[in-house]
Amino acid sequence: MIDNSKNLYSEIEVTVETAKELGLTENEYKMLCKNIGRTPTYTELGVYSVMWSEHCSYKNSIKLLKTLPRSGGRLLVEAGEENAGLVDIGNGYAICFKIESHNHPSAIEPFQGAATGVGGILRDIFTMGARPIAALNSLRFGELDNPRTKFLLNGVVEGISHYGNCFGVPTVGGEIYFDKCYHDNPLVNAMAVGIVKTDKTASAASKGKGNPVMIIGSSTGRDGIHGASLLASREFDEQTENMRPTVQVGDPFAEKLLLEATLELIEAGVIVGIQDMGAAGISCSTSEMSGRTGHGMIVNLDKVPLREKTMSAYEIMLSESQERMLAVIEKGKEQIAIDICHKWDVPCTEIGEVTDDGLLHIFRNNQKVVELNAEDLVLGGGAPQYDRESKEPEYLKETRNFNLEEIRIQKPMEGDFWEILKSPTIASKRWIFEQYDSQVRTNTVTIKGDAAIVRLKEIPGKAIALTTDCNSKYTYLDPYKGGMIAVAEAARNVVCTGAVPVAITNCLNFGNPYDPEVYWQFKEAIRGMGDACRALDTPVTGGNVSFHNESQKHAVYPTPTIGMLGIIDDLNLTMSMNFKSEEDEIFLIGNNREELGGSEYVKHYAEKVSGLAPEINMDEEMRLQKTILALIQSKTINSAHDISEGGLAICLAEKAISSDNLGCMIQIDDINVGKLFGESQSRVVVSCSPAKFGELVNTCSANNVPVQKIGDVQKEIFEIENYIKTDINSIKIKYNNAIADIMKEK
Amino acid sequence: MKFGVVVFPGSNCDHDAFSAVSLNAGYSAQYLWHKDSQIPSDIDAIILPGGFSYGDYLRCGAIARFSPIMKEVVNFADRGGYVIGICNGFQILTESGLLPGVLLRNNSMKFICKDVFLKVENNTSAFTNKLIKGDILRIPVAHGEGNYFAEDDIIQELEDNNRVIFRYASPEGNVDDSTNLNGSINNIAGIINKNGNVLGMMPHPERYSDEILGCNDGINIFHSLANYLK
Repeated sequence: MIDNSKNLYSEIEVTVETAKELGLTENEYKMLCKNIGRTPTYTELGVYSVMWSEHCSYKNSIKLLKTLPRSGGRLLVEAGEENAGLVDIGNGYAICFKIESHNHPSAIEPFQGAATGVGGILRDIFTMGARPIAALNSLRFGELDNPRTKFLLNGVVEGISHYGNCFGVPTVGGEIYFDKCYHDNPLVNAMAVGIVKTDKTASAASKGKGNPVMIIGSSTGRDGIHGASLLASREFDEQTENMRPTVQVGDPFAEKLLLEATLELIEAGVIVGIQDMGAAGISCSTSEMSGRTGHGMIVNLDKVPLREKTMSAYEIMLSESQERMLAVIEKGKEQIAIDICHKWDVPCTEIGEVTDDGLLHIFRNNQKVVELNAEDLVLGGGAPQYDRESKEPEYLKETRNFNLEEIRIQKPMEGDFWEILKSPTIASKRWIFEQYDSQVRTNTVTIKGDAAIVRLKEIPGKAIALTTDCNSKYTYLDPYKGGMIAVAEAARNVVCTGAVPVAITNCLNFGNPYDPEVYWQFKEAIRGMGDACRALDTPVTGGNVSFHNESQKHAVYPTPTIGMLGIIDDLNLTMSMNFKSEEDEIFLIGNNREELGGSEYVKHYAEKVSGLAPEINMDEEMRLQKTILALIQSKTINSAHDISEGGLAICLAEKAISSDNLGCMIQIDDINVGKLFGESQSRVVVSCSPAKFGELVNTCSANNVPVQKIGDVQKEIFEIENYIKTDINSIKIKYNNAIADIMKEK
Repeated sequence: MKFGVVVFPGSNCDHDAFSAVSLNAGYSAQYLWHKDSQIPSDIDAIILPGGFSYGDYLRCGAIARFSPIMKEVVNFADRGGYVIGICNGFQILTESGLLPGVLLRNNSMKFICKDVFLKVENNTSAFTNKLIKGDILRIPVAHGEGNYFAEDDIIQELEDNNRVIFRYASPEGNVDDSTNLNGSINNIAGIINKNGNVLGMMPHPERYSDEILGCNDGINIFHSLANYLK
């Protein structure tokens, strides 16, 4: 029963059944009733249901996330404390970055789903006071020859292009994989990166009794209601299509104006705290901002600018309308704030004030509809935290016993090279990235290498390197090693451009956490990532967990996407992958273990993702990365490219393709499939002039890293002795046109 | 030499143009706000930068032409003042009547961001006098609506009077369908007005005005104008 002494208004009478319809469990309902000591109003129940949803509360992941290294080094805030991570890069500046998923919305409305994914992550960056300077995205779809995949890819790429291009942030990198495990449930992970002066950052904490609370930006409509709780926190089934109205609609122009207004408000010193509104809208921003400091808020929903006047308190509290911010303004500075917003034609309205009683008091039509303790609602406060049951998956018995030895020692067929080269996961992503503005803001040094290089105008001569990475075939075969490899390879990618890896953000895409086998994958992947991050001293700055990525048939491969930040102190000491001179010799640095488990070759040849994931030894990896950085900084080598999907053969092809009419002549003793297409980790192919050979060998042996000459650079021809000889143009045409050709097929 | 860079709501290459002409080319620069109804007297040339003015809702550049500053830009150009419209700026120039024709959607119906090669067709203009006729510039494009279209008689007039300044070409300078990335008539990438004081171009010279970004073929357009106005 509702406690009448509080005079709370409920649109309908709430029961445990109502709670279940909104995605809460019976136990959670009992817990919240105990919290408040009475039956909640309908609006209160709505607020609880979104705040305690998987998406907002991290209830099934937070305990494990806390085992990751989340502080220290250059980190200015601990992971999870603010809207995005903040890394000190020296000279009085910090880089703010984060990656987030928008998988479920993109699966049912690819254009808006992907667009608002980009919009949401950009807001996380500028709400911290940072100006977005780069965006990346990590995408996964089913096999591309399927019409539905084409529809999704088209929509997602257009959505990202539409939002990012108009907003004015360069999309500089990312990755795209195609595998049938993502057919029903594509993954769309968007990452954004910003720069901010360390003394000009904004916080998402509310404080100061009596300070006015303002809503800044777009008006509130009926879009996105229950996006977080019902859509993002369940699997796909026949009902999912009907949930299209839970997908938000983005307006990048509104966001661009909101960006400029927000940065100017922060610069002007009128902001006490500010948080963007994404998942769970006003519910989330009011409770999180208050919960962080034990404050409360009085909010009058009648003052919120609405798209439809008849919206109920419940709808207003749960709306996920885009391009909105909640800001606590320093009392007395309201007019300055209003003037700045007016300058940018951004609506801003005072909707309430800060209290010191820790309670959210929400009113609609002169009736009180919510009186809840803010801290009870939020992660780190009263939100539930669960340990889930975990169990090693059955399928591993089969994949571990899959014998690859026979395939490994085979003499490779030339046709395999061409098939793998033009498979959509390997082939050029030009069809996609040419739809993204990669250069706006004139900081993009290159998008062509293992990682993108973005110079910082604020600190002349300095740059950052950015990449996203995860090979989910490895995580499927061994989530522990796969998690480690994702971090190690992301670091190796930035190292190959000459950058020192400093921190990561992660986006953990998994199936249903209530499935013990899925939970085991999750647990193991986190253990792997944690070990790798500790070894490389690249702490986790934050990120996002996306569970329930599965259809009725199966879950996606466990996909812990890593976004890596590297720092380049001297822009004169960067490295690229292309061959530079036909005088140069080619070397393989690292151990060639001829491992085929989880490789593109086995997927192509046996149509299976099977075997053992490649070995990864963090000590070996660190020695390799140290070697490569030393070789770049001493200008010993002229090119570097790490070996990943497709093995040595594809690595060499990619080097030739990115070169200006330079190929290679490679000799490999006792050539076999394992040597050419194996995906052993911790390997990099470099080229250097014969004069530098001694230096190269010395640096490698000083770090106890094996190095062997495998061939020479040569003009026009791509040749691996006793295997393939072709001209570079043929390779370029196949590689560059593969995806466009498939997209053209009906 | 002082450039004024107009800031419309939704401009997103305004900072880039500003830093290209100031940091890279070494001239003075000042932002001009879209709500202003006056252009400072010391401004020698105006840049309408790229971006999505007013979200490019309705039609690219269609709303920007009604902004208070555009009335002044038109007056400025009518008095002989020099104006460069880049990308969205070019679209605004055609919408406001300072340049003929219109920019349609790319014939691929997709946004295109890539390096293109521009053949310099006229090096006698105020904007190209530091270039050599026939030179090939590498400059990026980034647009969804860059497909230049005009009636036959207008095209004829542009061609007859050397008003096509840049065409999409191959690195070797061949101009044909294979180098026409968006469907523009006669591979037109940039044109000037009758009096030669207004340039509109889809590619972004401000993006390649800094050696550190791998190319600075764009900077001579700004240097040309400064040289001309010396």
